[in-house]
Order: sequence, then C-alpha cells, then structure tokens
Amino acid sequence: MLWYTIRRLATTVPTLVAVLTVIFIIIRIAPGDPAIAVLGDNATQQSIEAMRERLGLNQPLGAQYWSFLSSALTGDLGKSLVSGRSVLGEVLAVLPHTLDLTFASILVGIVLGLPIGILAAVYRNGAIDYIARILSLLGLSFPAFYTAILLILAFAIHHPWFPVMSNPKLGDPVDRLYNLVLPAFSLGLIMVAYVARTARSSMIAALGGDFIRTARAKGAPARIVVLRHGLRNAIIPVITVIGLYLGLLIGNSVITEIVFNRPGLGKLIVGALEQRDYTMLQGLMVIYAFFIVLTNLLTDLAYGLSDPRVKYQ
Amino acid sequence: MSAVETTRHGPGAFTRAVTEIVHAFNTNKTSWVGLVIFLAICVLALLAPVIAPYDPIKQHIADALQPPSQKYWLGTDAFGRDVWSRILWGGRISLLVSVASISIAMVIGSTLGIVAGYKGGWIDQIIMRAMDVLLSFPTLVMGLLVVAVLGANLTNLIIAIALTVIPKFARIARAPTVAVKELDYIEACRALGYSDTRIMAVHILPNVIGEVLVLASLWTATAVRIEAYLSFIGLGVKPPTPTWGGMIRQGFEYILDAPWMCIYTGLAVLVLVFSLNLLGDGLRDAVDPKLRNE
Repeated sequence: MLWYTIRRLATTVPTLVAVLTVIFIIIRIAPGDPAIAVLGDNATQQSIEAMRERLGLNQPLGAQYWSFLSSALTGDLGKSLVSGRSVLGEVLAVLPHTLDLTFASILVGIVLGLPIGILAAVYRNGAIDYIARILSLLGLSFPAFYTAILLILAFAIHHPWFPVMSNPKLGDPVDRLYNLVLPAFSLGLIMVAYVARTARSSMIAALGGDFIRTARAKGAPARIVVLRHGLRNAIIPVITVIGLYLGLLIGNSVITEIVFNRPGLGKLIVGALEQRDYTMLQGLMVIYAFFIVLTNLLTDLAYGLSDPRVKYQ
Repeated sequence: MSAVETTRHGPGAFTRAVTEIVHAFNTNKTSWVGLVIFLAICVLALLAPVIAPYDPIKQHIADALQPPSQKYWLGTDAFGRDVWSRILWGGRISLLVSVASISIAMVIGSTLGIVAGYKGGWIDQIIMRAMDVLLSFPTLVMGLLVVAVLGANLTNLIIAIALTVIPKFARIARAPTVAVKELDYIEACRALGYSDTRIMAVHILPNVIGEVLVLASLWTATAVRIEAYLSFIGLGVKPPTPTWGGMIRQGFEYILDAPWMCIYTGLAVLVLVFSLNLLGDGLRDAVDPKLRNE
C-alpha cells in the first residue's frame, strides 16, 4: 500500500502543474487587455499601466508563468483586486460553509439513497423498484436551482420553518445546522439519486452471489442476509460513486449558494466575476482544481485500500 | 459494454451497429417515453414563432406580474411579458446550445479517444493526460471560467460546454478501442494494407458508437442544465433574449409575489432534462448486453 500511495502521489504533482498551466492559459487567452477588463473602458492610460504592473502583465510571458506557478504551489494566491485582502484568506474564511454544505449533502445522499437502493434491489422488478427507479431518474434531472427554489417555497415561505437566506454563524453549531438543512437537501437530492441507482445495481449483483445462497441455505433471516452479507459487498461501488460525483457537488454548490444567498466558494466566484476581480478568479480556479485533484487522489487511495488488486496494477 | 464479445466489423458494420441499437431500443418502453417527450419539446420550440401567443420580448407594463389566467396561461413577468411564450422561445436557446455543444464534443472527443486508443504509446499518453487535466475542473466551474474569459454569447456558451465534455467522450471511446484493436480482424485489416484512418473509421467506430450515443444523450441533459445555470448566473445569452436560466433568475427576485415565473420555467428545464435522461437510460440498457436482460 505504501508503494502504491507513493506512486499515486508522484502522479499527482505533474497533474497539478498541468492543471495550473491550463488555468494560466485560459486566463491569458482572454480577448483584450485584462487591465482594461478590470478597470473598464474609460480608464486612463496611466491607471491601465499601473494595473498592468500590479498584475505582473508587463513581464515576459515565461516569467509570468513561472511566477504564477511558484506562487500557486506555495499557497500564495495573491491579493483580491477589490478588497485588497489575501485571496487565500478570503477563501479560508468561507471554506467551512462550502465544506459544511458538501458533506451534509453527501450525508443526505447516503441516508436516503442507500435504503432506497437496497429496497429497490430486494423487490427487484416490483412496484417499489419501479417507483424508486423513476424517482431516482427524476432526482438526477432536477436542476440545482429548481430544487432550491421549490424547497424555499415549501419550507421557508409557505411553512416558514427554515430561513429563506442561509447565513450561518460559524461559532454557533445549532445555527449552523439550522441554516444547513434546506441547502443540504437541495444539493443532496442529486446524490440521493446517484447513491440509490448505484446501490440498487450493486445490491442486485451481490444478492445473486453464491455466498448469499449459502447464507440463505443455512437459514439466516432475510434481513441479515440483505444487510450483513449483501450490503457489505455492495457498498464499495457506492463509495466510488460518491468520490466520482464529489466534483459535481462542488460545481453545483455554486448554484445552491447563490439561491440561498449562502456564503461560500460559489458566491465568492460569482462575486469575482461580477466585479472583474481577476486575481480572485484565478485563485479560486486554483482552489477548485486543487480540490478535485485531491478528491481524485483520496478516491484512488480509498479504492486501493478496499480492493487489494488495484495496488498491483 | 464488453466490446470484445460484441465486435462489429466488415462491410456494413456501422449500419448493423445502429440497427442493433435501434432494435434493442424498441424493446424498452421508458426510452420511447423519453424520446417522445424530447421530440415534443423540440417541435414546440421550433414552432415558437407560430404557436407562441405573444411576442417574447415586447413589454406590456400594464400587465406586469399577472398570475396564470386564460389570457396569459402561465402568467406574466415583471415587464408584462407572457411566460409561456418566453418558455417556448427560451427552449430554442436551450436546445441549440445543448445539442450543438454535445455534437461538437462528441465528434472531437470520440475522435481523440479512438486515435489515443488505436495509436497507443506517446500519442495516447499526451491525449489522455490532457483529457485528465480538463477533467480536473467541475464542469460548471470550467464553463463559468471559459464564458467569463471569452465573453457571454451564444457561440462562447457552446464552446465552453463542448470543452468541458470533450474529455468524457475521449475516455468512453478509448476503452473499447483498446480492446478491439488487439483482435485478429484488425490485424487482418493492417495486413491487407488498409490505412489507419480507414481502420478507425470503418472497423473500430462501429464498436464505439453505442456507448458514445448513450453518453451523448445523457450529456445533452447535463448541457441543458449547465446552459441554464450559466444564464442564471448572468453568463448566458444576454437579455432581452429569453433563456430559461435568465427567466428563473428574474423570477427568483419576485418569488414572493409571482412564484409562477420560477415554477413553470424550472419545470420546463426539468421535463427536458428528464426526457433526455430517460432516453439515455434506455439507450444504455439497449447498448449494454449485460443490462439488456436485467
């Protein structure tokens, strides 16, 4: 496992450098001068020159690339053009909110998706299975903002049980949880669907195994056969799917945060776009890419832990 | 799909591949439901200039924020514009962006995947590592950045979505190519002196096309959503052109007084995405021999 981990870590660094290169290229291919984009069309030549200097745009491209790469890899993401504060500092200030939302929606996905998937597999081709399949496909189809808007209409406006806007106080766990309920269900719906679908198919495969027949032949109660023997073998694909779709959740959280007016990376990125905060945008892209690379690494490592064959490939 | 056990090659392989998929597809009722709903939406959107009761852009301030009625079936927005007419017209943008971006991604991505799988070696390494890098960004975030950098308009929206989806097609096309290229009949093609292009286009493509079509249908659904998200954020086609995402964004500001704007427009996005997912799910069952008997 150690050798596998080292090998996997070694491939992560070049991937990260390549990802940073793509970010550099995308930001640089923008038509027009970024300094003008930041300052607007009416800016004076002098202020444009000053902004170019501040952004490091008057350096040769190679030097700009090197400076960007070395700063990003050492965690220096520059200062926001709007607030003047460090990009990393602003990101770290709102990161707990995005992490809360992401993990809570994964939890919603597991708690609701797993039983639905298991029931559908146990009653395969029956009414429950049919309903579960249609519902999970419907869950996959719900646009993130639509779920959020319907939940707000139902549980914040019609029944004012939860706040319309989610603005949690980080120091107060109860307030944090209270403000998390609607956004987590809204973002978690798609995870419920993915988990249910994967759990169903992997349970069907597991329940068809010889060891299940043996367990039944030995007289084990149905509940034990399903939950202890079946589920234990069916859970690995579910974990993989959660890892795979974590990126999707991180992306969709942008929309959920906007609808619920909730602080987080999503609101930060949209604010940066609106205010043409070039360094913030670049820094946020680095953070997002870093998260995805890290998620892929952790998923692969978890895979290596759960399936010994992976390590020897 | 296990490409090896269902290889299609020789003259007419492509037609056979499509015929097999259509045949299997015919046995799946839910995919038919998906196809019919999708086609119905296409027809409604195409006929928007004829069937939309009102001009989608012209404002009738006196009729602002009217609830659904006989005059305005789905109500009006803050400028008195008919929501139903705007949904019909907005559907055109949604369909155009999603179908165009996925078609572009499908052609470029599958070609890259087949070339990478067939050629192997350093070409494979370069192409697939580049695809891995593009996959390192959440689709929405990548789309957001590309549109923000290139500027928000129809063409850039299509480019942005295509760019985020190309790697998915490359990956899905590469796997069966690697399996098929080792088979005897490909060796025979080489011995007969066929060009690489001919082998890839005539003898490998039929084995890849099924999975590519499944992915195309499922990703068209995602593209509809991404287009709506980008318009919702304000990075879509500019107003006053109606887009579903833009309409929901505007409706959200009036959620207390005029919830119909959000509810019906969101429903339109949901129905279109659901129909494409039904279609893709059915296609997947049709294409994957293991799932056919499930």
